[in-house]
Amino acid sequence: MKHNLYIVIVGCGRLGSYLASRLSHTGHSVVVIDINEATFNNLSSDFSGFRVEGDATQIAVLKEARLKRADVCFATTHEDNINLMVAQVARKVFNVPHVLARVFDPRREQVFARLGIETICPTSVAAEMFLLTVASGRAARVDA
Amino acid sequence: MKILIVGGGKTLYFLCRNFTAKGHEVVIINRNLEECVHLARQLSATVVCGDGSDPKILNESGVLEANTVLAITPNDQDNLVICQLASIQFGVSKAVALVNDPDNAEVFEKLGVSAFSTTRIVGSLIEQRASLEQIINLLPAGEGLVNVTEIILDADSPVAGRLLKDLDLPENALVAVVIRDNQPIIPRGTNQLLAGDRVVLITLPENHGPVLKTFTGEQK
Repeated sequence: MKHNLYIVIVGCGRLGSYLASRLSHTGHSVVVIDINEATFNNLSSDFSGFRVEGDATQIAVLKEARLKRADVCFATTHEDNINLMVAQVARKVFNVPHVLARVFDPRREQVFARLGIETICPTSVAAEMFLLTVASGRAARVDA
Repeated sequence: MKILIVGGGKTLYFLCRNFTAKGHEVVIINRNLEECVHLARQLSATVVCGDGSDPKILNESGVLEANTVLAITPNDQDNLVICQLASIQFGVSKAVALVNDPDNAEVFEKLGVSAFSTTRIVGSLIEQRASLEQIINLLPAGEGLVNVTEIILDADSPVAGRLLKDLDLPENALVAVVIRDNQPIIPRGTNQLLAGDRVVLITLPENHGPVLKTFTGEQK
Protein backbone atom coordinates (compact mmCIF):
# COMPACT_ATOMS: atom_id res chain seq x y z
CA MET A 1 0.00 0.00 0.00
CA LYS A 2 1.30 3.43 -0.83
CA HIS A 3 1.95 5.72 2.07
CA ASN A 4 0.41 8.88 0.74
CA LEU A 5 -3.21 8.38 -0.26
CA TYR A 6 -5.51 10.86 -1.96
CA ILE A 7 -8.64 10.92 0.19
CA VAL A 8 -11.87 12.81 -0.50
CA ILE A 9 -14.21 13.34 2.45
CA VAL A 10 -17.74 14.59 1.79
CA GLY A 11 -19.28 16.35 4.79
CA CYS A 12 -17.22 18.28 7.30
CA GLY A 13 -19.31 17.80 10.42
CA ARG A 14 -18.05 16.09 13.58
CA LEU A 15 -17.13 12.81 11.90
CA GLY A 16 -15.90 14.23 8.59
CA SER A 17 -13.73 16.92 10.16
CA TYR A 18 -12.27 14.45 12.65
CA LEU A 19 -11.36 11.97 9.91
CA ALA A 20 -9.97 14.74 7.70
CA SER A 21 -7.82 16.18 10.48
CA ARG A 22 -6.46 12.79 11.54
CA LEU A 23 -5.71 11.62 8.00
CA SER A 24 -4.10 14.91 7.05
CA HIS A 25 -1.97 14.73 10.19
CA THR A 26 -0.71 11.26 9.23
CA GLY A 27 0.50 12.63 5.91
CA HIS A 28 -2.30 11.81 3.47
CA SER A 29 -3.57 14.27 0.87
CA VAL A 30 -7.08 15.14 1.97
CA VAL A 31 -9.87 17.13 0.29
CA VAL A 32 -13.01 17.95 2.27
CA ILE A 33 -16.26 18.99 0.63
CA ASP A 34 -19.10 20.71 2.45
CA ILE A 35 -21.98 22.88 1.31
CA ASN A 36 -21.51 25.14 4.33
CA GLU A 37 -18.21 26.97 4.55
CA ALA A 38 -18.53 27.51 8.32
CA THR A 39 -18.06 23.76 8.93
CA PHE A 40 -14.42 24.06 7.84
CA ASN A 41 -13.81 25.65 11.24
CA ASN A 42 -14.21 22.13 12.67
CA LEU A 43 -10.89 21.12 11.06
CA SER A 44 -7.81 21.08 13.24
CA SER A 45 -5.38 23.97 12.90
CA ASP A 46 -2.69 21.80 11.30
CA PHE A 47 -5.04 20.48 8.58
CA SER A 48 -3.04 20.87 5.38
CA GLY A 49 -5.56 19.57 2.84
CA PHE A 50 -7.97 21.35 0.50
CA ARG A 51 -11.46 22.62 1.23
CA VAL A 52 -14.16 22.64 -1.45
CA GLU A 53 -17.35 24.51 -0.71
CA GLY A 54 -20.29 23.08 -2.67
CA ASP A 55 -23.14 20.60 -3.04
CA ALA A 56 -21.64 17.13 -3.48
CA THR A 57 -24.74 15.89 -5.34
CA GLN A 58 -23.59 18.07 -8.24
CA ILE A 59 -21.05 16.25 -10.34
CA ALA A 60 -19.24 19.53 -11.08
CA VAL A 61 -18.35 19.84 -7.38
CA LEU A 62 -17.00 16.28 -7.27
CA LYS A 63 -14.93 17.01 -10.37
CA GLU A 64 -13.53 20.11 -8.67
CA ALA A 65 -12.42 17.88 -5.79
CA ARG A 66 -10.70 15.70 -8.43
CA LEU A 67 -12.52 12.59 -7.28
CA LYS A 68 -11.21 10.76 -10.36
CA ARG A 69 -7.76 10.71 -8.76
CA ALA A 70 -8.93 9.60 -5.32
CA ASP A 71 -7.82 6.34 -3.69
CA VAL A 72 -10.48 6.62 -1.01
CA CYS A 73 -13.80 8.44 -0.63
CA PHE A 74 -15.80 8.78 2.60
CA ALA A 75 -19.35 10.10 2.54
CA THR A 76 -20.08 11.42 6.02
CA THR A 77 -22.76 14.11 5.67
CA HIS A 78 -25.70 14.04 8.07
CA GLU A 79 -28.07 13.02 5.24
CA ASP A 80 -28.25 9.32 4.36
CA ASN A 81 -29.40 9.89 0.81
CA ILE A 82 -26.57 12.29 0.00
CA ASN A 83 -24.07 9.76 1.35
CA LEU A 84 -25.63 6.94 -0.65
CA MET A 85 -25.66 8.98 -3.84
CA VAL A 86 -22.11 10.29 -3.43
CA ALA A 87 -20.83 6.80 -2.64
CA GLN A 88 -22.41 5.33 -5.78
CA VAL A 89 -21.18 8.15 -7.98
CA ALA A 90 -17.67 7.83 -6.53
CA ARG A 91 -17.65 4.08 -7.10
CA LYS A 92 -19.38 3.80 -10.47
CA VAL A 93 -18.71 7.10 -12.24
CA PHE A 94 -15.30 8.06 -10.85
CA ASN A 95 -14.10 4.45 -10.22
CA VAL A 96 -12.74 5.23 -6.75
CA PRO A 97 -11.41 1.90 -5.40
CA HIS A 98 -12.39 2.37 -1.74
CA VAL A 99 -15.68 4.01 -0.92
CA LEU A 100 -17.50 4.06 2.39
CA ALA A 101 -20.78 5.77 3.27
CA ARG A 102 -22.24 6.51 6.66
CA VAL A 103 -25.91 5.59 6.80
CA PHE A 104 -27.95 6.19 9.95
CA ASP A 105 -31.01 4.19 8.94
CA PRO A 106 -30.29 0.43 9.19
CA ARG A 107 -33.24 -0.27 6.87
CA ARG A 108 -31.49 1.48 4.01
CA GLU A 109 -28.24 -0.45 4.49
CA GLN A 110 -29.35 -3.76 2.96
CA VAL A 111 -30.36 -2.42 -0.42
CA PHE A 112 -27.09 -0.62 -0.86
CA ALA A 113 -25.11 -3.64 0.20
CA ARG A 114 -26.78 -5.31 -2.79
CA LEU A 115 -25.61 -2.46 -5.02
CA GLY A 116 -22.06 -3.08 -3.83
CA ILE A 117 -21.85 0.06 -1.72
CA GLU A 118 -20.10 -0.41 1.60
CA THR A 119 -21.85 1.37 4.42
CA ILE A 120 -21.27 1.97 8.11
CA CYS A 121 -24.36 2.34 10.24
CA PRO A 122 -23.55 4.03 13.57
CA THR A 123 -26.92 2.93 14.90
CA SER A 124 -26.21 -0.76 14.28
CA VAL A 125 -22.61 -0.46 15.49
CA ALA A 126 -23.68 1.20 18.76
CA ALA A 127 -26.51 -1.30 19.23
CA GLU A 128 -24.05 -4.20 18.80
CA MET A 129 -21.76 -2.72 21.46
CA PHE A 130 -24.63 -2.35 23.90
CA LEU A 131 -25.88 -5.87 23.19
CA LEU A 132 -22.38 -7.28 23.58
CA THR A 133 -22.29 -5.97 27.14
CA VAL A 134 -25.39 -7.99 27.93
CA ALA A 135 -24.31 -11.11 26.04
CA SER A 136 -20.83 -11.25 27.59
CA GLY A 137 -22.37 -11.69 31.02
CA ARG A 138 -20.37 -8.79 32.43
CA ALA A 139 -23.57 -6.91 33.01
CA ALA A 140 -24.71 -9.05 35.93
CA ARG A 141 -24.27 -7.64 39.43
CA VAL A 142 -21.49 -9.41 41.27
CA ASP A 143 -22.66 -8.44 44.73
CA ALA A 144 -25.97 -10.32 44.39
CA MET B 1 -52.62 1.73 -13.46
CA LYS B 2 -51.36 2.53 -9.98
CA ILE B 3 -48.89 5.40 -9.80
CA LEU B 4 -46.89 6.36 -6.73
CA ILE B 5 -45.52 9.91 -6.76
CA VAL B 6 -43.05 11.28 -4.22
CA GLY B 7 -42.72 15.04 -4.09
CA GLY B 8 -44.73 18.22 -3.82
CA GLY B 9 -45.42 21.62 -5.30
CA LYS B 10 -47.41 22.57 -8.37
CA THR B 11 -45.78 19.98 -10.65
CA LEU B 12 -46.99 17.20 -8.40
CA TYR B 13 -50.44 18.75 -8.04
CA PHE B 14 -51.08 19.09 -11.78
CA LEU B 15 -49.45 15.76 -12.65
CA CYS B 16 -51.67 14.04 -10.13
CA ARG B 17 -54.80 15.83 -11.35
CA ASN B 18 -53.93 14.76 -14.88
CA PHE B 19 -53.41 11.09 -13.88
CA THR B 20 -56.56 10.81 -11.78
CA ALA B 21 -58.61 12.41 -14.57
CA LYS B 22 -57.42 9.62 -16.85
CA GLY B 23 -58.62 7.09 -14.32
CA HIS B 24 -55.29 6.09 -12.80
CA GLU B 25 -54.99 5.36 -9.12
CA VAL B 26 -52.51 7.77 -7.52
CA VAL B 27 -50.73 7.64 -4.18
CA ILE B 28 -48.71 10.68 -3.08
CA ILE B 29 -45.91 10.70 -0.50
CA ASN B 30 -44.99 14.12 0.88
CA ARG B 31 -43.00 15.10 3.96
CA ASN B 32 -44.90 18.26 4.81
CA LEU B 33 -48.03 17.72 6.90
CA GLU B 34 -49.65 21.01 5.89
CA GLU B 35 -49.15 20.31 2.20
CA CYS B 36 -50.47 16.76 2.68
CA VAL B 37 -53.71 18.05 4.19
CA HIS B 38 -54.06 20.52 1.34
CA LEU B 39 -53.39 17.86 -1.33
CA ALA B 40 -55.76 15.36 0.26
CA ARG B 41 -58.57 17.95 0.18
CA GLN B 42 -58.03 18.95 -3.42
CA LEU B 43 -57.18 15.68 -5.12
CA SER B 44 -58.84 12.33 -5.31
CA ALA B 45 -55.61 10.59 -4.40
CA THR B 46 -54.32 8.79 -1.34
CA VAL B 47 -51.84 11.02 0.48
CA VAL B 48 -49.20 9.60 2.81
CA CYS B 49 -47.22 11.97 5.01
CA GLY B 50 -43.61 10.88 5.43
CA ASP B 51 -40.14 10.42 3.96
CA GLY B 52 -40.50 8.68 0.59
CA SER B 53 -36.95 7.37 0.78
CA ASP B 54 -37.81 5.39 3.91
CA PRO B 55 -38.53 1.77 2.92
CA LYS B 56 -41.16 1.52 5.66
CA ILE B 57 -43.13 4.49 4.31
CA LEU B 58 -42.84 3.16 0.75
CA ASN B 59 -44.17 -0.18 1.89
CA GLU B 60 -47.08 1.39 3.79
CA SER B 61 -47.95 3.41 0.68
CA GLY B 62 -48.51 0.22 -1.27
CA VAL B 63 -45.39 0.38 -3.43
CA LEU B 64 -45.62 -3.37 -3.99
CA GLU B 65 -48.75 -2.95 -6.09
CA ALA B 66 -47.55 0.17 -7.93
CA ASN B 67 -46.89 -0.07 -11.66
CA THR B 68 -44.91 3.14 -11.71
CA VAL B 69 -42.98 5.22 -9.18
CA LEU B 70 -42.18 8.85 -9.93
CA ALA B 71 -39.69 10.69 -7.72
CA ILE B 72 -39.94 14.43 -8.31
CA THR B 73 -38.64 16.01 -5.09
CA PRO B 74 -36.31 19.03 -5.35
CA ASN B 75 -33.41 16.87 -4.10
CA ASP B 76 -31.64 14.64 -6.60
CA GLN B 77 -30.20 12.40 -3.89
CA ASP B 78 -33.70 11.64 -2.56
CA ASN B 79 -35.05 10.92 -6.05
CA LEU B 80 -32.17 8.51 -6.71
CA VAL B 81 -32.63 6.58 -3.47
CA ILE B 82 -36.43 6.44 -3.84
CA CYS B 83 -36.16 4.91 -7.32
CA GLN B 84 -33.45 2.46 -6.29
CA LEU B 85 -35.46 1.28 -3.29
CA ALA B 86 -38.58 0.97 -5.43
CA SER B 87 -36.93 -1.11 -8.13
CA ILE B 88 -34.41 -3.13 -6.12
CA GLN B 89 -36.19 -3.72 -2.83
CA PHE B 90 -39.80 -3.68 -4.02
CA GLY B 91 -39.50 -4.85 -7.63
CA VAL B 92 -41.39 -1.94 -9.21
CA SER B 93 -40.97 -2.30 -12.97
CA LYS B 94 -40.90 1.39 -13.80
CA ALA B 95 -39.26 3.96 -11.53
CA VAL B 96 -38.45 7.37 -12.96
CA ALA B 97 -36.51 10.18 -11.27
CA LEU B 98 -36.48 13.90 -11.87
CA VAL B 99 -32.97 15.33 -11.91
CA ASN B 100 -32.79 18.96 -10.85
CA ASP B 101 -29.14 19.22 -11.91
CA PRO B 102 -29.22 18.31 -15.64
CA ASP B 103 -25.71 16.81 -15.39
CA ASN B 104 -27.16 14.15 -13.11
CA ALA B 105 -29.25 12.68 -15.96
CA GLU B 106 -26.23 10.75 -17.26
CA VAL B 107 -25.09 9.94 -13.73
CA PHE B 108 -28.45 8.38 -12.86
CA GLU B 109 -28.53 6.36 -16.07
CA LYS B 110 -25.08 5.00 -15.18
CA LEU B 111 -26.44 4.00 -11.79
CA GLY B 112 -29.34 2.20 -13.49
CA VAL B 113 -32.12 4.72 -12.81
CA SER B 114 -34.18 6.32 -15.59
CA ALA B 115 -34.06 10.07 -15.25
CA PHE B 116 -35.33 13.20 -16.95
CA SER B 117 -34.39 16.85 -16.58
CA THR B 118 -37.13 19.45 -16.96
CA THR B 119 -34.47 22.11 -17.43
CA ARG B 120 -33.16 20.21 -20.43
CA ILE B 121 -36.59 19.54 -21.92
CA VAL B 122 -37.79 23.13 -21.57
CA GLY B 123 -34.42 24.43 -22.73
CA SER B 124 -34.47 22.40 -25.93
CA LEU B 125 -38.09 23.38 -26.63
CA ILE B 126 -37.21 27.05 -26.34
CA GLU B 127 -34.15 26.56 -28.54
CA GLN B 128 -36.22 24.80 -31.19
CA ARG B 129 -38.76 27.60 -31.28
CA ALA B 130 -36.20 30.37 -31.20
CA SER B 131 -33.85 28.84 -33.74
CA LEU B 132 -36.50 28.45 -36.40
CA GLU B 133 -37.15 32.12 -36.95
CA GLN B 134 -36.91 31.47 -40.69
CA ILE B 135 -40.24 29.65 -40.51
CA ILE B 136 -42.97 32.05 -41.56
CA ASN B 137 -45.84 29.68 -41.87
CA LEU B 138 -46.68 26.28 -40.51
CA LEU B 139 -49.88 24.54 -41.44
CA PRO B 140 -50.94 21.07 -40.39
CA ALA B 141 -52.95 19.30 -43.09
CA GLY B 142 -54.86 16.02 -43.14
CA GLU B 143 -55.68 16.27 -39.42
CA GLY B 144 -52.05 16.69 -38.54
CA LEU B 145 -50.76 13.81 -40.69
CA VAL B 146 -48.91 16.24 -42.96
CA ASN B 147 -47.17 19.55 -42.31
CA VAL B 148 -46.97 22.33 -44.85
CA THR B 149 -44.17 24.71 -43.87
CA GLU B 150 -43.03 27.90 -45.52
CA ILE B 151 -39.47 29.01 -44.78
CA ILE B 152 -37.13 31.70 -46.09
CA LEU B 153 -33.63 30.55 -47.02
CA ASP B 154 -31.03 32.88 -45.53
CA ALA B 155 -27.46 33.24 -46.77
CA ASP B 156 -26.24 30.71 -44.16
CA SER B 157 -28.62 28.03 -45.39
CA PRO B 158 -26.67 24.88 -46.31
CA VAL B 159 -28.89 24.40 -49.40
CA ALA B 160 -28.52 27.92 -50.83
CA GLY B 161 -26.94 27.66 -54.30
CA ARG B 162 -27.50 23.93 -54.63
CA LEU B 163 -29.55 22.03 -57.16
CA LEU B 164 -32.69 20.42 -55.84
CA LYS B 165 -31.67 16.96 -57.10
CA ASP B 166 -28.40 17.18 -55.13
CA LEU B 167 -30.15 17.74 -51.80
CA ASP B 168 -29.82 14.98 -49.25
CA LEU B 169 -33.49 15.06 -48.22
CA PRO B 170 -34.91 12.57 -45.72
CA GLU B 171 -37.54 10.22 -47.16
CA ASN B 172 -41.16 11.33 -47.54
CA ALA B 173 -40.43 15.04 -47.90
CA LEU B 174 -41.06 17.34 -50.81
CA VAL B 175 -40.20 20.84 -51.92
CA ALA B 176 -43.61 21.83 -53.25
CA VAL B 177 -43.11 25.41 -54.36
CA VAL B 178 -40.26 27.92 -54.51
CA ILE B 179 -41.27 31.57 -54.55
CA ARG B 180 -38.60 33.88 -55.96
CA ASP B 181 -39.24 37.58 -56.59
CA ASN B 182 -42.93 36.97 -56.07
CA GLN B 183 -42.91 34.34 -58.82
CA PRO B 184 -43.97 30.85 -57.77
CA ILE B 185 -41.94 28.06 -59.32
CA ILE B 186 -43.01 24.43 -59.20
CA PRO B 187 -39.50 23.06 -58.97
CA ARG B 188 -37.82 20.16 -60.71
CA GLY B 189 -34.57 18.48 -59.85
CA THR B 190 -32.56 20.84 -62.01
CA ASN B 191 -33.81 23.97 -60.25
CA GLN B 192 -31.31 25.77 -58.05
CA LEU B 193 -32.19 27.10 -54.60
CA LEU B 194 -30.99 30.60 -53.76
CA ALA B 195 -30.73 32.66 -50.60
CA GLY B 196 -33.89 34.72 -50.25
CA ASP B 197 -36.11 32.03 -51.76
CA ARG B 198 -39.35 31.27 -49.97
CA VAL B 199 -39.69 27.52 -49.95
CA VAL B 200 -42.88 25.59 -49.23
CA LEU B 201 -42.14 22.15 -47.80
CA ILE B 202 -44.34 19.12 -47.35
CA THR B 203 -43.22 16.98 -44.42
CA LEU B 204 -44.57 14.33 -42.07
CA PRO B 205 -44.50 14.93 -38.31
CA GLU B 206 -41.82 12.26 -37.87
CA ASN B 207 -39.39 13.76 -40.37
CA HIS B 208 -40.32 17.41 -39.91
CA GLY B 209 -37.33 18.26 -37.68
CA PRO B 210 -34.63 16.60 -39.83
CA VAL B 211 -36.07 18.10 -43.04
CA LEU B 212 -36.09 21.60 -41.57
CA LYS B 213 -32.52 21.12 -40.41
CA THR B 214 -31.52 20.32 -43.99
CA PHE B 215 -32.77 23.74 -45.06
CA THR B 216 -31.90 25.92 -42.06
CA GLY B 217 -28.71 24.18 -40.92
CA GLU B 218 -27.57 23.75 -37.33
CA GLN B 219 -28.46 26.83 -35.33
CA LYS B 220 -26.12 28.28 -32.77
